[in-house]
Amino acid sequence: MKDLSLHVLDIAQNSIAAEAKVIQITLYFNRGNDYFELVVKDNGKGMEKDFLLRVTDPFTTTRITRKVGLGIPLLKRNAELTGGSFSIYSEPGAGTILTARFIPSHIDCLPLGDLAGTFALLICSYPKINFIIEIIVEKTRFCISTKEIVEAIEGVPLSNSSVYPLVKEFFNTNLEGLQITNLG
Amino acid sequence: MIKVKSLADLKKMRESLQAKVDLREKGEAAENLVQIKVAMATCGIASGAKVVMDYLLEELEKRGINAVVTQTGCMGYCYAEPTIEVKLPDADAIVFGYVDKKKADEIIEKYIKNGELVDGIIPVNYESIDDK
Repeated sequence: MKDLSLHVLDIAQNSIAAEAKVIQITLYFNRGNDYFELVVKDNGKGMEKDFLLRVTDPFTTTRITRKVGLGIPLLKRNAELTGGSFSIYSEPGAGTILTARFIPSHIDCLPLGDLAGTFALLICSYPKINFIIEIIVEKTRFCISTKEIVEAIEGVPLSNSSVYPLVKEFFNTNLEGLQITNLG
Repeated sequence: MIKVKSLADLKKMRESLQAKVDLREKGEAAENLVQIKVAMATCGIASGAKVVMDYLLEELEKRGINAVVTQTGCMGYCYAEPTIEVKLPDADAIVFGYVDKKKADEIIEKYIKNGELVDGIIPVNYESIDDK
């Protein structure tokens, strides 16, 4: 993956495939201690223990169209490459929580990429899933959910093509406000 | 463009949106629309499917084409990513491979507007070696 936003988009697909109704994506930036974390938490169907143990193996996948599953292994490698870490917990029937920690000062750290576009794309493409996007920079917190956006644009479906640019612009403005657009 | 910073700003934009929605939904059942699916699994995303999807969403809106653009999983054509499936009303769905912005533009102008086929179609009878 070329940047972190693509990892977010990719990992979210796992939660969507697990039939999650709520997906919470948290980005936590701690500049003082030089790290940032991506946390994706869902209430999907979760994974059995033996599958969970194999999930970072590139030859583990639930798909039948191909024999490899690279989303999680790639994220793990990119996080560990910077001296960061990766962890995943899951409970069948309860959901999954995945954490990837990156060290932004490391030369191999990925740029953040188009986070605004990624969040907007997820929200507008899957109107039935409640996405909760939380971004924390030191002590500033920005949090928004699909529900709140739907309420704001009441009556206009999220799938309407004029909604996407608007939601993207909304995220862009807020991310700029948090000054995390050029990090990495 | 007006800065959209808060939910209240989004709410303000709603009225102009509502007018557009009314215009669209008159007699526009999904089967009368152009339906596009962008393959967005790990393989697609790594090859640039997001850029293509962004481009399609923006350009179709700009060019006034009534279309539904959605995401889908891996169709098994990982070697040809990014792939998109285009279904015109009253036509069979066609899968295009190796789609970038330039190709997407060609698909909109030639195939979606005029029904003219362009290079890069993945044949439906294609089978991977494992199926044999």
